[in-house]
Amino acid sequence: MPAFLDLSGVSKRFGGVQALRDVSLRVRAGEVHCLVGENGSGKSTLIKIISGVLAPEPGGRIAIDGVEQPRLTPTRSTAAGVQVIYQDLSLFPNLSAAENIAIGRHLGGVRLVDRAAIRRTALAAMARLGVTLDPDAPVGELGVSQRQLVAICRALAADAKLLIMDEPTASLTRAEVDHLLALVRELKARGLCVMFVSHRLDEVLEVADRVTVLRDGALVGAYPAEGMSDARLSRLMTGKDFSYALKTDDLSARPVALSARGLSRAGEYADVSFDLREGEILGITGLLGAGRTELALTLFGMTRPDAGEIAIAGRTVTLDSNRRAIEAGVAYVSEDRLTLGLVMAQPVAANLVITVLHALAGRLGLIAPARRRKAAQDWIDDLAIKVSDPQNPVGTLSGGNQQRVALAKWMARRPKVLILDSPTVGVDISAKDGIYEIVGRLAAEGVAVLMISDEIPEVFHHCHRVMVMRAGRLSPPVRPVETSEAALREAVNA
Amino acid sequence: MRDLLQRLRRRHEFWLASVIVALCVALTLATDSFFTLRNLVDLLTSNAFIGILCAGLIVVLVAGGIDISFTATATVAQYLALSAANAWGATWLTLFLMACGIGVCLGAINAFFIVKFRVHSIIVSIATLNIFYGLLIYATSGRYIYALPDWFSYGIYWFETEIDGWPYGVNLQMLLLGLAFLSTWVLLNRTNIGRQIYAMGGNPDAARRMGFPVVRLQVFVYGYMGFMAGVASLAQAQFAQSVAPTILVGKELDVLAAVVLGGASLLGGVGTVLGTFLGLTLLALLQNGLVLVGVSSYWGQFVTGAVILISVSATALEAGRQRRLRRSAA
Repeated sequence: MPAFLDLSGVSKRFGGVQALRDVSLRVRAGEVHCLVGENGSGKSTLIKIISGVLAPEPGGRIAIDGVEQPRLTPTRSTAAGVQVIYQDLSLFPNLSAAENIAIGRHLGGVRLVDRAAIRRTALAAMARLGVTLDPDAPVGELGVSQRQLVAICRALAADAKLLIMDEPTASLTRAEVDHLLALVRELKARGLCVMFVSHRLDEVLEVADRVTVLRDGALVGAYPAEGMSDARLSRLMTGKDFSYALKTDDLSARPVALSARGLSRAGEYADVSFDLREGEILGITGLLGAGRTELALTLFGMTRPDAGEIAIAGRTVTLDSNRRAIEAGVAYVSEDRLTLGLVMAQPVAANLVITVLHALAGRLGLIAPARRRKAAQDWIDDLAIKVSDPQNPVGTLSGGNQQRVALAKWMARRPKVLILDSPTVGVDISAKDGIYEIVGRLAAEGVAVLMISDEIPEVFHHCHRVMVMRAGRLSPPVRPVETSEAALREAVNA
Repeated sequence: MRDLLQRLRRRHEFWLASVIVALCVALTLATDSFFTLRNLVDLLTSNAFIGILCAGLIVVLVAGGIDISFTATATVAQYLALSAANAWGATWLTLFLMACGIGVCLGAINAFFIVKFRVHSIIVSIATLNIFYGLLIYATSGRYIYALPDWFSYGIYWFETEIDGWPYGVNLQMLLLGLAFLSTWVLLNRTNIGRQIYAMGGNPDAARRMGFPVVRLQVFVYGYMGFMAGVASLAQAQFAQSVAPTILVGKELDVLAAVVLGGASLLGGVGTVLGTFLGLTLLALLQNGLVLVGVSSYWGQFVTGAVILISVSATALEAGRQRRLRRSAA
């Protein structure tokens, strides 16, 4: 089969860092090709080279649709039929769906807007994809999966022959992911090449014809998806083996750290009861929007339940603010660590001690810099946070290290109960492993952990007991040894 | 019909228009002088300066920037263009070319610092406001110009008719105000440049990735603001029958207030020409109405501030309500 995209010997350096080393990649016409690799493996750099944003070092060869491209620019790449859908989708929230899809019509020269033509272009792209969207709806008012459809339609309207999707499933629910994968197969049936970049290996294997694996900027190899397994793929990506034994210890004799009885909040969750014991990791899984995060916010005092009781260490508490929850010994590491958990522009050290400032304060409420520095350094050592200087802004750290800072920030309070909301979203396998290790260690020290995640393997392998949340209702907890991943998945999607 | 009402309710412009209608009815009932042709003409003429600047500023806000240096730009343009006209003579055309040319150049200076050094536009324009204004006052010692060319002092008076013994017609201020809003409307809604400006304001990163000429757009936007400052400066000088270098600077917040009241967002990408016009109208009517019913002009400032706070709070509440409605529908 002829290759639509053919790269060979492509390298890229940024100053002293070799981001890509002699990488070759062939995407055959009409195939779904997945590109996998950990953060920093060079995936994004490779995509930028294909889309013409970055130029490779001399010596690399790029051919698109049989045409050699010695000097690829974004314009030339687009003209050759390459369209990239970035993770953030790059849509214009204030413009209508139709205008977003036909945005290419606004480029070049100065002329009057032809609204009828924009509408025609948009409707034609929707028809090609077999979807219906309200062309006049502002994109900012659409849901994530509908926005994704707009982005795909836009690529089709720009005559895409190769569609590169960067982490397209990161913010989708399982049902939406299934829908997207169906769409990808549909595109393939229409003769488009799709290059799919994803962290979630099960999805990759579900949809791909072939998989190209990158590690540390070098090509590991290209493999047919048929016969490939999750475990082998993660081994190829990391060069390491990650296998986790199920947690079998029975903790039912340990004291209860947090108990919920009949918690309800209109439109969010209803009649939620459970006991979380000291040293236990209790998982809650379920679809996005099932009420998981809403429940977490109540347990952290951010919202108040309409009914029900919360007790911490046997004492009934009223959590009418997050300050009260923190005082009661609850810590919460949010799903969106970037916007809620950390002050990105502030130094790592400042973020680490932000929750314990009052404990560091001496007389007169002033804080001695030396004491603050020492507290921060203790946590950096304790959680093995990779940071060259504690005074660097948190925003400069990798995703996994940011997550560690967010964790350390709360651990500094020595909480009794730690609520983790999707703790490994957007981090790669090695960083995940680091987070699991930290969580396991905290639990071993007696902290009660409530782990919320929509990744079933995650709760299955790292929790003592798992509950499933569906439409605001919580199933009774089961121990992993008494169930299976498949059974949990069924319970989630039932 | 209910559907139409539902859609209208979601529009900021609908609420503004409703308040304006209510205010007009109240003022008509409360005073004899409000609902007269004389008062309407006065309103349009005296608000033309602020209004023309609004037509420029909405473009800047939609593009995701902000400018507060335009009053200094207007003062400089007015002073230099009319001094030149006094010294060497000019026609309407050359006078406007000079004033608007100066405005565009000063706007381009703003754009240069914003694009080249990636300084936030509010910082740049605070600095240039002081630079433009400081240099002008230094060079002129703040001297007024009272002697203007005769043809300029006379202005224009189109379609002149006499009603109840008073002459009425379309004067320079009305003409320029109308043209300014028309040109901004065409620009933002009917040209691809305008749509690029909306897109850039909505998501600048995406605009860059899609290959929009972002630098050229920024230069255009601040140049357009400067152009409008040039137009506004002549409307004001003709109205005041003099050039006073010290009285325009300080009005920039009135302009910003009208545009924001009209629904434009300081975060970019949001705002309409109709909304801007309604925001301008509401503020003008409030001040006019308070004078007519005999309230101190200090209360006028108080009421202006209060109306802005109430309006933006109401808009935020309504937006939150709509979001909740959509979520429960989803």
